[in-house]
Amino acid sequence: MTNPETRTEWPLWEVFVRSRAGLDHKHCGSLHAADAAMAIQMARDVYTRRQEGCSLWVVPSAQITASDPGDKDMYFDPAEDKVYRHPTFYKLPSEVDHM
Amino acid sequence: MYTQAMDTMPKELGEAPKTLRSAEELALQQRFDARIDAGDFIEAKDWMPDNYRKTLLRQISQHAHSEIVGMLPEGNWISRAPTLKRKAILLAKVQDEGGHGLYLYAAAETLGTSRDQMIDALHTGRAKYSSIFNYPTLSWADIGTIGWLVDGAAIMNQVPICRCSYAPYARAMIRICREESFHQRQGYDSLLVMMQQGTDAQRAMVQDAVNRWWWPCLMMFGPPDDQSPNSAQGMRWGIKRVSNDTLRQKFVDATVDQARVLGVTLPDPDLTWNEARQHWDFGAIDWPEFFRVVAGDGPCNQDRLANRVQAWDDGAWVREAALAHAQKQATRQQAA
Amino acid sequence: MTASIQLQQDTATQYLLRLGDTCLILGQRLGEWCGHGPVLEEDIALTNMALDLIGQARALLSHAGAGQGLDEDQLAFLRDERDYRNPTLVELPRGDFAFTVQRNLMAATLLKLLWQRLQTSTDAELAAIAGKAVKEARYHQQHAADWVVRLGDGTAESARRSQAALAQLWRYVPELFDADAVDDAAAASGLGPRWADVQADWQAEVGAVLAEAGLQPPVGSAFRSTGKRGVHTEHMGHLLATMQHLQRAYPGGVW
Repeated sequence: MTNPETRTEWPLWEVFVRSRAGLDHKHCGSLHAADAAMAIQMARDVYTRRQEGCSLWVVPSAQITASDPGDKDMYFDPAEDKVYRHPTFYKLPSEVDHM
Repeated sequence: MYTQAMDTMPKELGEAPKTLRSAEELALQQRFDARIDAGDFIEAKDWMPDNYRKTLLRQISQHAHSEIVGMLPEGNWISRAPTLKRKAILLAKVQDEGGHGLYLYAAAETLGTSRDQMIDALHTGRAKYSSIFNYPTLSWADIGTIGWLVDGAAIMNQVPICRCSYAPYARAMIRICREESFHQRQGYDSLLVMMQQGTDAQRAMVQDAVNRWWWPCLMMFGPPDDQSPNSAQGMRWGIKRVSNDTLRQKFVDATVDQARVLGVTLPDPDLTWNEARQHWDFGAIDWPEFFRVVAGDGPCNQDRLANRVQAWDDGAWVREAALAHAQKQATRQQAA
Repeated sequence: MTASIQLQQDTATQYLLRLGDTCLILGQRLGEWCGHGPVLEEDIALTNMALDLIGQARALLSHAGAGQGLDEDQLAFLRDERDYRNPTLVELPRGDFAFTVQRNLMAATLLKLLWQRLQTSTDAELAAIAGKAVKEARYHQQHAADWVVRLGDGTAESARRSQAALAQLWRYVPELFDADAVDDAAAASGLGPRWADVQADWQAEVGAVLAEAGLQPPVGSAFRSTGKRGVHTEHMGHLLATMQHLQRAYPGGVW
């Protein structure tokens, strides 16, 4: 049976903005749009109102695969064990502690 | 922008679940509590207690609804803005509010709901919005007053939420707060110009607006702490950072000086400086009025909701057409 | 009660006011959608466009009034109805969303084509205004065109509304391209093109969008609207009464 709520709901898109050349695209939120052209236009209207974002990406949210935080131990914790990789492990004299 | 302490949370969300919990779930709960205590952020796909999820969903979506409904009292004066500069400023402000609503709907959707479901909750009265928007904008000075007092109160409510434990909400709030200070400054500026350079009629208009908006703005911070049983849970979860009364006092203290510079009188004969407390004492708030308005019995509740429902209903054919066209395009592309 | 201003209506001023008032009045109509759009994202888009148009109006009215010691607000809020020179098309009530996007398409296409040519105006300030405005008009046209196609080629309901909107709007198009002494003077002095000069491009661009949308313009009639000459519809009086109210009611007011 068709869910009446989903019959007319526009799909969700995630928006990524690169605000200046040289930077990465940053995820800044989501919006609803019926198609890709609309998503780009809306992203421009909603997420770059105050500055000329130099590049916009929009991706249907359903197309994004995310790592499952339940697997976090497997993917990320090994790095936590290896304390010597972290800059804070090294105690620097305060005169040079700005690195 | 138009958040209001959502301490009017239904009781069942504040109670501990009565069912037995597995050892695994208890471990997850402990890990969750430890992260909150450490000031860590919770992201969308992290495990979270059911009540945490429901409380946040309710708070974020109601915050979003407030932004959208808030477009109406101010939008009411776009067509009558007295100069092109003021018209442009008001258009930009109301557009910002729409954008804020959008960021917040997006944040709420990360918790497992949809925009349509949230809108349906608003339209059927199950979800609330900040009660301040149930008051009418009767003059142009109301617009400046809303910027000064309502946005001012909202900023005070909002800044602590930038450190909310739920990261998508915190990120939305950071974005919103960055855009917000322009709103308050522009409102205050509009009043200052009228008070300092305008006519007697304009000055009377400003004072009249302040007389009507002052008390409802104090109510924006929610009921007194001793009548807000759910604040404690909100604090425990890192959703609520500062108490209602603390924020309200901070707002009064900041605003009294601003009012003096403007040359308006705040409509409270009991407003007096307390040397011992180093704060401004203020008069009794009409809490029965607040609860009446929250319950739907304010001057504009019915109009606001009717407007939103009408816009949504009138737009159904547009939304359907856009989807139909997108589907046709997709079919054509596949066939090609 | 603040009285109307009197202004000289030389051909150059009229030419500028036609442009400025097109932006002002269309901006006023688009602003009415605020809080009432079919979806939140479109509310923001329409308000964005209103903001762009008001910005263009401010620049044009400031420029038009400068030679006579009148500022943008005096021109925007204190003229008598007969002194507004927008084509009738833009003063019509906003209608439903199909009506709005089609009118946007027609107006944005016209403005874009004019701005493109105005970038080489002998009036340096007008050329500068055009340089900025043409980018905005391009975006407005794109947005409108996309929607006209979506609605024309969407559902049966949206197609019906789209065809109805087109039937209503089409009779106000010929006025846009009527030539007269104001245009002749502007073309002669290099101030700007005759509006008739962009007619062929306008018909090609708008025609392409309507075709893609599956929409058929009605047969042309001999009716000519007369907004550019200051003779408006019954709608204009209400629009101005609303827009001008505060300036009229607060003589000497400072905002």
